[in-house]
Amino acid sequence: MNCEHYMIRQISLFSENKPGRLAALAKACQEENVNILAFSIAEADGFGVIRALVDKPDVAYKKLTSMGFNVAFTHVIAVEMKDEPGGLYEIASKLSDAGINIEYSYAFSGKSKAILILRVDQVEEAIRLLISHKFNLIATDSIQ
Amino acid sequence: MRCWDPRIEEMPVSELKRLQFKLLKTLIYRVYSFSTFYHTRMKEAGVHPDDINSLEDITKLPFMHKKDLRDTYPDGMIMSEQEELVRYHVSSGTTGKSTVVGYTKNDIYHWQESLARALTSAGLGRGDVIQVSYGYGLFTGGLGLHYGAERIGATVLPTSVGNTERQIELMQDLKVTAIACTPSYLLHIGEVAEKMGVSIKDDTILRKAIVGAEPWSEQMRIRIKESLGVDAYDIYGTSELSGPLFCECEFQQGFHVWSDLIYPEILDPETQEPLPPGERGELVVTMLQKEGLPIIRYRTGDVTALREEPCPCGRTHPRLERLSGRVDDMLIVRGINVFPSQIEHALLGIPEVAEHFMIELDRKGALDEMLVKVELAKEAFSDKISDLMRTRRHVEKVLKSALNVQVSVELTEPGTLPRFEGKAKRVIDRRRI
Repeated sequence: MNCEHYMIRQISLFSENKPGRLAALAKACQEENVNILAFSIAEADGFGVIRALVDKPDVAYKKLTSMGFNVAFTHVIAVEMKDEPGGLYEIASKLSDAGINIEYSYAFSGKSKAILILRVDQVEEAIRLLISHKFNLIATDSIQ
Repeated sequence: MRCWDPRIEEMPVSELKRLQFKLLKTLIYRVYSFSTFYHTRMKEAGVHPDDINSLEDITKLPFMHKKDLRDTYPDGMIMSEQEELVRYHVSSGTTGKSTVVGYTKNDIYHWQESLARALTSAGLGRGDVIQVSYGYGLFTGGLGLHYGAERIGATVLPTSVGNTERQIELMQDLKVTAIACTPSYLLHIGEVAEKMGVSIKDDTILRKAIVGAEPWSEQMRIRIKESLGVDAYDIYGTSELSGPLFCECEFQQGFHVWSDLIYPEILDPETQEPLPPGERGELVVTMLQKEGLPIIRYRTGDVTALREEPCPCGRTHPRLERLSGRVDDMLIVRGINVFPSQIEHALLGIPEVAEHFMIELDRKGALDEMLVKVELAKEAFSDKISDLMRTRRHVEKVLKSALNVQVSVELTEPGTLPRFEGKAKRVIDRRRI
C-alpha cells in the first residue's frame, strides 16, 4: 500500500496575533483562485499558526511566501468519520490503542459525512492502521 | 618585532602607576596655571592642584564634555600659543558645531608613537605595504594612520577614500599586505572586487586590516576572515584624544591603552561612580601628555570595560574591550544598564531569528517590563506550536544571560519590524516614572 497517497499536504502559516492576518491569507487565496477546504487557527501567547487544506497547495505556497509569510508544508491525514455519537471515539481509540499520538486535529461535518484531519507522530503507521480497520481515508489526488 | 618600545610597553605595572601619577600631577599644575578653561572649572569645583595626591584623586576634578569644545569654538580650549601649533584637525559638525584640535610638535610625536606601538602589536612593521583608506584631510583617520605606519618603517599607500576599483588595482599591483579603513568599506571593497572578478583572498596578498571609526562586531570579524581571508584588528581613538591611537595586539582581545599617554576611567553613566575592572560603563579619558588641547576627564560617551589582567602578549598596559555602544543609547531596566547593542550581538548568535528587533518598555506596578520583538527566521518556522514556544524561550534565555535582566520575547513575522537607515530608533519607552 502506498501511504503517500493519503498524506495530504497541509499549508501552515506563522502569524502574529493581530487583526487582518486571516483576511490577508483569505484574500491571497481568492486572488489565486485557491479553494480552502478546511482550516484551523492555533493560538499561543502573542502569535498563532494558521493551518489550511487547500486544493492548490503549491500555488498558495508561492503566493503566500512572496507576500513575506513564513509558510511550511506538513503532512496530515483526513479520515471520514461517522457524524453521530461515538464517531470520533472510534478513530481516537484505535490510534490510542496503537500508541500513536495525535499532535493536533480539527474536523468539520458536511452534508453527508464528517471529516477528521489529523496530525500524528507516526503518519504511515496511522494510515495503515486506519485502513486496516476499514476507515475511509481521503486520497491526496481527490482534493489536491 | 615584538614591541615597538619595550622599555615602556613591558614596564612593570607599579612603575607605570608611579609614572602616571607624576604625569597627572604635572598636567594639573600646568593646566591650572596656563589654561583659562581648566583654571576656571577647577576654581568653580573648589579643587587646587595641591589636592591631587594620588591617581584616585583624579575623581576630585570636574568632567569635560564635547559641548565644552563646541562652546569654546574655535580655539577657546587650546592652551598653546598659535606659533607652537604644527597642525589643526577639525571634526565634522554633523551633530552640532565643529570642534577644533590643535597639535604641538610633541602632540604629533606622541600620537605617532602611540600608533607605532599599536601597529607593531598587530604584527605590522618594516616590509609591510599599508594602504590607508581612511579620509585624508581635516579628519584624523588618514593622516594619523599615515604617519603611524611611516614611523614603523612600513610602506604607505595613501589612497584615502573613494575610487574603489583603482584601490583594488593598486592593492594588487603594489602588493599591499595591510589596509586601514572602516569595516563597512572593507566589506565594500570585497564586493566591488568580486564584481571585477578579483578575489581578495586568492588574487591579493592582503592579510591584515586595521578597522574602526564605526561600530562593528565579532560576527563581522568572522565574516571578513571568511570572505576576504583578512584578519581584522579593532582600532580606537577620537579626534579630541588626537585621533586613532590604540589597536588590538595579535591576541585580539581588546586594545592596549598606553598608560604613559592616557588615564582611562570607566564610570557608571548614571551615578558617575567608578566601576570595577570588567564592568561596562562610560569611558572617561585624561590625556597625560597632551599640550595643545589638554583633555582632562573627557566624557567620551563610549561604552566599554577595562581589563587589567595580564595579556598573553606580555605588554603590561591595560586593555579596553570593544566598544558596545553609546551612553545616549543606554536604558535602565530594573536598575540594570542595558544597551541595545548587547541585544544585537546576542541575536546574531541565534539562527532561529533575524537581526532586526524592537524594544518596548512598560511599567507594571513598580516593575519594569521589557519586551523584545524579533522576527522568526524562515527556516525556523515549525508547524508545531511547541517548537515555536521553545524557540521563544530559547531567545528569552539567551537575552537574559546577556543582559542580566528578565526579558519577554515576542516572535513576529519576517519583514514586519521597522528597518533603519542611519541611526536606528529601536526603543519604545512607555514607562511613566
